[in-house]
Amino acid sequence: MLGVIIAVVASALRLATPLIFASLGGVFSERSGVVNIALEGIMINGAFFSILTTEFTDLPWLGVLVAAIVGILTSLILAFLAIHLKADQVVTGVAINLLAASLTAFLLEMVWHRSGQTDPVESAIRAKPIPLINKIPIIGDLTSQLTPFVYLAILAVIVSYYVLYKTPFGLRVRAVGEHPRAADTVGINVYKIRYICVMISGALAGIAGSALSLGAISLFREGMTAGKGFIALAAMIFGKWHPVGAFLACLFFGFTEAIQIQASTLGLGFIPSEFLQTIPYIATILALAGVVGRAVAPAADGIPYEKGER
Amino acid sequence: MEKDSKLKVFIENIKFPLLAILLSFLIGALFIIWTGNNPLVAYWALFSGSLGGLDKFGQTLLKTTPLIFTGLAVSFAFRCGLFNIGAEGQYVIGALTTVAAGYILNSVFGDLPGFILIPLIMIIGALGGALWASIAGFLKSKLGVHEVITTIMLNYTSIHVSNFFVRTALNPSTLEGTTQKAHTVLLPESARLTQLREIIPWFGYSSVHTGIFIAIICAIAAYFILFKTTLGYEIRSVGQNSYAAEYGGISVSKNLILAMVISGMFAGLAGATQVAGLTYKVDMAPASPGYGFTGIAVALVGKNHPLGVLASALLFGILSNGARKMQIAGIPREVVGIIQGIIIIFIAGERIVKFVSKIRERRNRKGNVEGVN
Repeated sequence: MLGVIIAVVASALRLATPLIFASLGGVFSERSGVVNIALEGIMINGAFFSILTTEFTDLPWLGVLVAAIVGILTSLILAFLAIHLKADQVVTGVAINLLAASLTAFLLEMVWHRSGQTDPVESAIRAKPIPLINKIPIIGDLTSQLTPFVYLAILAVIVSYYVLYKTPFGLRVRAVGEHPRAADTVGINVYKIRYICVMISGALAGIAGSALSLGAISLFREGMTAGKGFIALAAMIFGKWHPVGAFLACLFFGFTEAIQIQASTLGLGFIPSEFLQTIPYIATILALAGVVGRAVAPAADGIPYEKGER
Repeated sequence: MEKDSKLKVFIENIKFPLLAILLSFLIGALFIIWTGNNPLVAYWALFSGSLGGLDKFGQTLLKTTPLIFTGLAVSFAFRCGLFNIGAEGQYVIGALTTVAAGYILNSVFGDLPGFILIPLIMIIGALGGALWASIAGFLKSKLGVHEVITTIMLNYTSIHVSNFFVRTALNPSTLEGTTQKAHTVLLPESARLTQLREIIPWFGYSSVHTGIFIAIICAIAAYFILFKTTLGYEIRSVGQNSYAAEYGGISVSKNLILAMVISGMFAGLAGATQVAGLTYKVDMAPASPGYGFTGIAVALVGKNHPLGVLASALLFGILSNGARKMQIAGIPREVVGIIQGIIIIFIAGERIVKFVSKIRERRNRKGNVEGVN
């Protein structure tokens, strides 16, 4: 039984990891006032380019870096359209998702000359037992099932919290997301803050993609994000646009997925798997409806800012 | 005189979408060149494959049918200031309720004739979509919950709800005692829409069905509701300025719910006609079919006008049918997805034109000021 519990916890942490990165990305973007529906598309780009890089260089960590860079580049499309052109952020996000899905599938055919999925890369980022710690009974068993991405995700949560709530930059970000006019009046460059935040969001969502491909199945498959970008968005809302809240929501969603996978082993086979799969979405709707304490978005979220508007 | 100005408005309205489409095809051509193919050959395959001949055109119309419905759904809600990202989910629920209605009605009332059964299942399918959409409409109008997030969440919920019923209550194993299948029971023969080739043999192999007429009628109905009725006037007023509408004595919350319900009916009909005209069943699905998302693009290119939606749905129908033909000619079909994405980005960024002219203006002004000094 202990083995099963450890397996479920480990699998929940692994499943939550891509969500955590993407969801933190959502927090940064939306805290500054830009709705990021494009997380899904940025993730699929990150997943693809990290595998592509690893395939040709055998350097998986370079793959992660490239995923972050590609994520930033993709997010710049959103940033430019949303911030400068004041385009509808939701439409732009939907377009980026479509574009990324098509582009990666196209490149897959161009590089690997087949569709569906790539070959597995030889050097992926896998779980490794940590010396000394793996001698400790329960923790050792657990940690030897976790990839470095899991630790990186937890680190990202701490750093995000620190940046948003303990630094002058974070204060500016929150000011821009709540009241851009006031922020502008005290000399904060609203456009610059929003650009930086959307780019951070792109980098994080790109890494989320690499955690999904390099960190889980070491290959790229068409449509492998399967709505994870939207679940990350849901986790962000469920966690009330707060890094720690988003992290906890991701863990919760990771657990529901892990339980659903292990349902029969856990003796929960009588619960329809579809029911467990809908939990993240229904929880989010309930959170928005105020059932579990009201979730309020940053006041300027989704609203383009016009300099010199009165 | 009046006609002249109307024509001007019309040209003004379609100028930008046409430019966006053209630019997207040019960028698509670069990707085709990259694959080592001739873009002219590729685009010839795309257009002749979807327009060259009544059978090919029929297949294009088949792909167009659900897009007209979801395009109408998105644009109708948008007229009320609502962003219905959930046409996808309303489609899924509409398809599911149609199959359920067809099976139940047929087994309860014996063999109903088609002219009674088909309208009934269409209405029930539309109501299924409407009910699903009303959740988002209700939450928006009563609790102020943003419809974008709720409809996205409802999209994913709908797939799992649908899969649950496909696996259990509507499965052939439950209803007919046969073996478990990955799809629902089949719709009874009398509940199926007529295929056009049965009336006009020149449609050849194409599976286009009378659903296309239902779609066109819906577009006309949407036009009529929006521009010729009080309800439409109220919906558009709320969409333009909800505060002003409220001040003018129009109930914002009532119109928000109504607009969402009508929008959901269109999306539900997309599922209903797809099931009654083409698939006759609902399959287990890992993901939604994407008609709702393409519907956003259709609405955008069609400028949220029901008649514009008809034209842009046809364009996307051509693209989607032609993609297969291009693939046969050896070009990855994803090029079409790239073209679609770029069209949306260009149209969403319509202000790019104003942006460029503003920069030019600013530069000119700067030049003038320096000149004065």
